[in-house]
Amino acid sequence: MLEFAARFWEFLVRRIDRSLFGIVMALVAVGFVTLFSAADQNLARVGNQLASLVVALVAMWVVANIPPQTLARAAVPLYVLAVVLLVGVALFGVVVNGSRRWLNLGITRIQPSELMKIALPLMLAWYFQKFEGRIGWKDFLLAAVLIAIPAILVKRQPDLGTALLLISSGFFVLYLAGLSWKIIVGLFVAVGAAAPVLWTLLHDYQRRRILTFLDPTQDPLGAGYHTAQASIAIGSGGVVGKGWLNGTQTHLDFLPERHTDFIFAVFGEEFGLIGNVLLVFLYLLLVGRGMMIAADASTLFGRLMAGAVTLMLFTYAFVNMGMVSGVLPVVGVPLPFISYGGTALLSLFIGIGILMSVQAHRKLVHS
Amino acid sequence: MARRSLFSRTRRAEHGFGGYEVRNPEREQFWFRRRLAIAGVLVLAAFGGLVARFVYLQVTQHGHYRTLAESNRIAVVPIPPNRGVITDRNGVVLAQSDSAYTLEIQPSRVKDLDRVIDELAEIVEVTPRDRKRFRKLIEESKNFESLPLRTRLSDEEVARFAVNRYRFPGVEIKARLFRTYPLGEVGSHFLGHIGRINDRDLEKIAEWEATANYKGTDYIGKLGVEFTYERELHGTTGVEEVEVDAGGRAVRTLSRVPPIAGNNLRLSIDIKLQQAAEAAFGTRRGALVAIDPATGEVLAFVSRPGFDPNLFVDGIDPVSWKELNESPDRPMLNRPLKGAYPPGSTIKPFLALGALALGRRTASQTISDPGYFQIAGHSHRFRDDKPGGHGVVDMYKSIVVSCDTYYYQLAAESDIDETHAFMSTLGFGRLSGVDLEGESAGVLPSRAWKRKRFAGPNYREDHRKWYLGDSVSAGIGQGYTAFTPLQLAHATATLANDGVAFRPHLVKQVENLRTGEVTRIAAESTHTLAVSKEHIEVIRSALVGVNKEGTGRRAFDGAKYVAGGKTGTAQVYSLKGETYDASKIDERLRDHAWFMAYAPADRPRIAIAVLVENGGFGAQAAAPIARQVFDYFLLGDQAPSAAPLAPGAPDPDDQSD
Repeated sequence: MLEFAARFWEFLVRRIDRSLFGIVMALVAVGFVTLFSAADQNLARVGNQLASLVVALVAMWVVANIPPQTLARAAVPLYVLAVVLLVGVALFGVVVNGSRRWLNLGITRIQPSELMKIALPLMLAWYFQKFEGRIGWKDFLLAAVLIAIPAILVKRQPDLGTALLLISSGFFVLYLAGLSWKIIVGLFVAVGAAAPVLWTLLHDYQRRRILTFLDPTQDPLGAGYHTAQASIAIGSGGVVGKGWLNGTQTHLDFLPERHTDFIFAVFGEEFGLIGNVLLVFLYLLLVGRGMMIAADASTLFGRLMAGAVTLMLFTYAFVNMGMVSGVLPVVGVPLPFISYGGTALLSLFIGIGILMSVQAHRKLVHS
Repeated sequence: MARRSLFSRTRRAEHGFGGYEVRNPEREQFWFRRRLAIAGVLVLAAFGGLVARFVYLQVTQHGHYRTLAESNRIAVVPIPPNRGVITDRNGVVLAQSDSAYTLEIQPSRVKDLDRVIDELAEIVEVTPRDRKRFRKLIEESKNFESLPLRTRLSDEEVARFAVNRYRFPGVEIKARLFRTYPLGEVGSHFLGHIGRINDRDLEKIAEWEATANYKGTDYIGKLGVEFTYERELHGTTGVEEVEVDAGGRAVRTLSRVPPIAGNNLRLSIDIKLQQAAEAAFGTRRGALVAIDPATGEVLAFVSRPGFDPNLFVDGIDPVSWKELNESPDRPMLNRPLKGAYPPGSTIKPFLALGALALGRRTASQTISDPGYFQIAGHSHRFRDDKPGGHGVVDMYKSIVVSCDTYYYQLAAESDIDETHAFMSTLGFGRLSGVDLEGESAGVLPSRAWKRKRFAGPNYREDHRKWYLGDSVSAGIGQGYTAFTPLQLAHATATLANDGVAFRPHLVKQVENLRTGEVTRIAAESTHTLAVSKEHIEVIRSALVGVNKEGTGRRAFDGAKYVAGGKTGTAQVYSLKGETYDASKIDERLRDHAWFMAYAPADRPRIAIAVLVENGGFGAQAAAPIARQVFDYFLLGDQAPSAAPLAPGAPDPDDQSD
């Protein structure tokens, strides 16, 4: 019996990277503590998140146990499925808050752009692995098209933030696959030059957000309200914070979206600079561990996936904290492992599962 | 190069091995790791930047943001103090503050006001009158204050709204203090009323440097004692620091400095006497002022018709306002204070006193009255009211029978400026200094006055010149002469008090409830008339004679006390030689009836002036009112309410004056 238990345990943990898991669970714990406060000690909300966590952990375990090469084989079907679903959203999507982002599947609503966050780098990594060593400009063009299709679909929802995140996840794969520096620099110059043109393509609310970002005081009761109140929350937290459950900005409703995208303001208000630095440190550990896994990966696919997932985790954390603390424009990006929301948690843990899979299966490939 | 390399890795491979088909896993991993390391540096830089931002927000700017967070969450809420209670001299409450619930809307926070009011009307009763009043309030208020839609909600309405409150952002139930005047119209003109603070009031408050103390106060005294004693009644505003949420709702109280209630006022008015006096007027228009001669305390202050001050508290609705403002009876006019009427014969005892004091007449000096007076060289006859005249008339008789010819002659022989100087000392033509706002000085004519009155290009020199005829008219209280009932009562009181004048006042004492401190408004002797006791005695015995055997005889028939008095009938309409016949003249052009009196004659406790607008003869219309007030005051007796005779009743004895 005891032996069975030990073997079962071994079965359970053999593909789990302990340090990665530890770091992630520390972040999750911070998330629950903060959510409890942000939700005004509403246990129902915490319970929901807990249920999402269980689902996400199972998904992580499953993905971690799938060899990277099997994952690679799923790349094309997943990518195609995600594109089909995005087209479905464009045609039959449910409108929430003026954006068409959700698809009603009868039993549940899904957000196909979340699926695409995994499917796009998977697709690109698979492609570069398949044509490894024979990559030419046509491949680059194809990669650009593979990135552009979902990006345009998501941008039309409209969800500029997620579209930019998709583009960046694609870019990370290209970068790690060795995209020439000349082209990288050229791309940035081209984007800079095209900015005025892009400006005209933006929706009013998107322009407003960017303008508000540039000067939040212009519209303190409207679009600038989020940023202004979040800055007040973080700034008033000071070095040691106001203490757990004691954030006045949080508990007197001044902070909007405080369970989801702006949860970091709650954390910053209640735990202060010390808490913020510790949180950034946790994310740094997460990124560091992810990079170690990527560096040690034995296949190109493994390297690209692990690297892209790691850089995406960094990007989410950076963009979210940047927007909440007022250095980046407000885009709808949750804080990884901390913001409330099941779908985001699921895709994050799938990403962690991929990292674990790459880490766990590298020896097998070597041999 | 045949094809352009886009990927540096393959280019390196070409260089190293001469063909891109050749792969070198170690080199690939090396290049990959280099790229990863570059990304790692960027990650560190980005996180470093974030930490720098946090340090900026949480250390450098901490003070700034802490202040912002505090001002976000802490609202300083003023707690308006309870306004002082006003009572009469015996403690009967005339004005008090009650707590009641109001339904208030902050128009700035409500988008579709009409829709919200319609929805509210389903929960609480909202009458069209409430809506109109609310519209008016919105027009009058510029700032973002919350305005009452409904006042005095029932408990049930409060409960119903509380359940539906979530549906109405910007709408709240507030407990407010309401001013009520339990006696309604009684004494409305001296009591006045409060009303919502307007821009002019705000300026006045700023002048007092009391702007902070009026935070949270919506009402201010507008009229009467409520106005004059505003600063005593208001009290000191308290402060509550409350924590509010983003919706502006109070979550909890952080600190509280309680308000200090305003001081209570005890008036010198005897409200029962006031009620008796008002009742004696019936539906007639007029004024009555009763003063305690020994102190200047005003015992009754009547202006008929009155108004209900309660109407003004919540802001009067336009219909009621129109009604009050446009009524020909002018209920808003404070007649004893602001109404200046020709005094008629009531001026005679004062002119006689002046004649004694200035040496123009002795008490026993007589004239022969042919029934008229003519200025030498003029044909116009200033007629006496008794055809054929009163025969031989001395000073006593001149007052008792109210002989005009005696005073025509006196006036013709006197200098108007000298008369003016003496009469001024009795308070005529001057402000009495009563503690009510808007007092009229009336007119006590003099050469200088006429010059000033007819100054400017619209008048010629002969308009400005003083004529003997002007003096003669003034000699019987007609012509330019006009006194307020308050002035006449004041002069009567001075006469009754042996020439010692006291400033008339309505507030007896100011009571501070918290400290128990009582500030008495001291009887303030302003001056003493420059007349001898004997001279005053001559006049007073004649005034007693008026009520015994003269024009006041019928009104004071059977009185259990001795009262001095003098009737007066003031012309409103110039007869131009016709005989006055009240029944033939439009009611509003009939003469004003006057009566001045004091009692008891030996040690007067009350001095009074009564005016009945268009009442006809003073003896018929005004004297009986004085009799009723004296009876009530001196005997505590309302029974022998000698019903004032209707004007024009055919009794020749009363029709002399």
